[in-house]
Amino acid sequence: MTAWSRFCRNRLALLGLALVVVLALSALLAPWLAPLDPARQSLIEKRTRPGAKYLLGADEFGRDILSRVIYGSRVALLVGVLSMLIALAGGLVLGTLAGFSGGWIDAVLMRAVEILLAFPYLLLALAIVAMLGPGAVNTTIAVGVWGVPTVTRIVRGSVLALRETEYVGAARALGSPAVALLRRHILPNIIPGLIVYATLFMANAILLEAALSFLGLGVQPPTASWGLMVSTGRDVLLVAPHVATVPGLAIMLAVLAFNLVGDGLRDALDPRLRGS
Amino acid sequence: MLTFVIRRLLLAVPVLLGVVFVVMLTIDLLPGDVVSLMLGEHATKDAVAKLREHLGLDKPFAVRYLDYVGRVARGDLGRSIQQNRPVAAELADAWPATLQLTLAALVIAAVAGVAAGVVSAVWPNSVFDALARLGSLFGLSMPIFWTGLVLIVVFSLWLNWLPVGGAGSLAHLVLPAVTLSLPSVAMIARMTRSAVLDVLGEDYVRTARAKGLGETWVLGKHALRNAFIPIITLLGLQSGQLMGGAVLTETVFAWPGLGRLMVKAIFARDYILLQGAVLLFALAFIVINLLVDLSYGLLDPRVSKQG
Repeated sequence: MTAWSRFCRNRLALLGLALVVVLALSALLAPWLAPLDPARQSLIEKRTRPGAKYLLGADEFGRDILSRVIYGSRVALLVGVLSMLIALAGGLVLGTLAGFSGGWIDAVLMRAVEILLAFPYLLLALAIVAMLGPGAVNTTIAVGVWGVPTVTRIVRGSVLALRETEYVGAARALGSPAVALLRRHILPNIIPGLIVYATLFMANAILLEAALSFLGLGVQPPTASWGLMVSTGRDVLLVAPHVATVPGLAIMLAVLAFNLVGDGLRDALDPRLRGS
Repeated sequence: MLTFVIRRLLLAVPVLLGVVFVVMLTIDLLPGDVVSLMLGEHATKDAVAKLREHLGLDKPFAVRYLDYVGRVARGDLGRSIQQNRPVAAELADAWPATLQLTLAALVIAAVAGVAAGVVSAVWPNSVFDALARLGSLFGLSMPIFWTGLVLIVVFSLWLNWLPVGGAGSLAHLVLPAVTLSLPSVAMIARMTRSAVLDVLGEDYVRTARAKGLGETWVLGKHALRNAFIPIITLLGLQSGQLMGGAVLTETVFAWPGLGRLMVKAIFARDYILLQGAVLLFALAFIVINLLVDLSYGLLDPRVSKQG
């Protein structure tokens, strides 16, 4: 059975995939999907409860929460995808370096990776943002850097395993440069593992961006970021609970979607790990 | 055993030195001047120069680094810029609250997570199992700062059972601790389920059943004890994550702990306080990981014999 057909038999994974598609469409088509301008303020209508005009209610400045949630998917996905690319690129370079060179380079890199992995992810990202300063770009960097150690370890592990195989040994004996080895022999073998990791990474990246923005250290106002919306809604929580709770639902659904797809992919690509 | 502990604690020293080095170096390499940022755009050149000198920022990086490390070794973490109090005193004021919160969350996570996982594994594919697995999927996907707010709306605003925030009584602890524990409950339940399922398939469990031992005895004496090794590892890792989550939970519930202190320090650009807080967090992880490694010896006799 192919991986794809195994994936399709997993109903939860398909639900996750459907949610991811909805998320991607809402990010792509935000200007056409949003009923109102996400920045349009109407102070008379501030904190309007969900109803006919404002389907999900209005926030502290009378801005339409639904429109802001739709635009917020752009921030979530953009930060997620870009930080994923940072994590993959950084991890590929460092993991290949550690795996191929061995010796003290390997030892130093792997010690550093272990130390970084021992840190709780929020604190690591928080420390990076604290040092770089708040903002969307720095948040992306912080989230990406958080992913580098794990990718490094995945890549190094496969490089070490494959380095000893005969076909890679033969390719090296024939004088293949490291880059060619990586592209032709190592990468194809680690791509399934990296796809699974990248999908689950998206879930955590969305959570992390939301958390940093909630603390005021991530994406800055007036950009519509889900975490930021929860944070502003917190000030009026007791008079208008919907302002904070609705955007939080969007975060949860997006994270759930990527978690479901990631779990499904892992089960489909590696049946041995099923259910673990 | 004792040599193991001492060796591990000595190994922590280079890690802590590295943490301080990275934190100080990044602050140093940042575009923009920390001092002018602190004083604002209307500060006179003279005031900036004076504060630079006061903070020792006019000296080269290596000198400042060695100076800081030397002072930390003598227990002096410097004075916070914002409050002008000893950093050690500020940290000492805040850490008991964080310890209380994370310990409470850890206990909830361990009890609820292990219980749910064991029940799921003993009756796989039952209604409870399905609900527990669905619950853990949601638990892993909910941002805790949002869970906290939802719990406040339900239990403080609608039901009026528990306080909205602050600290002081046991009632104040309930919502933050539950909020903080939820992702860990989910993680531990998942892990426990698969660990117990694995162990229940082992030969020695079959042997225990075959010789007629009661199911409770098989579970308690043979299965759970072996399943606990991966679970303890995860608990240790989770206590690290709980400290990270504490930053968010403390912010949501106005809980006067280290996490809130750290966020305040970031906003105030109080990098001396920040360095101290990061150092304390790093030390806490090292101690937690050490405790986890020591607990293996208690659960698995093979580990302690190898020393």
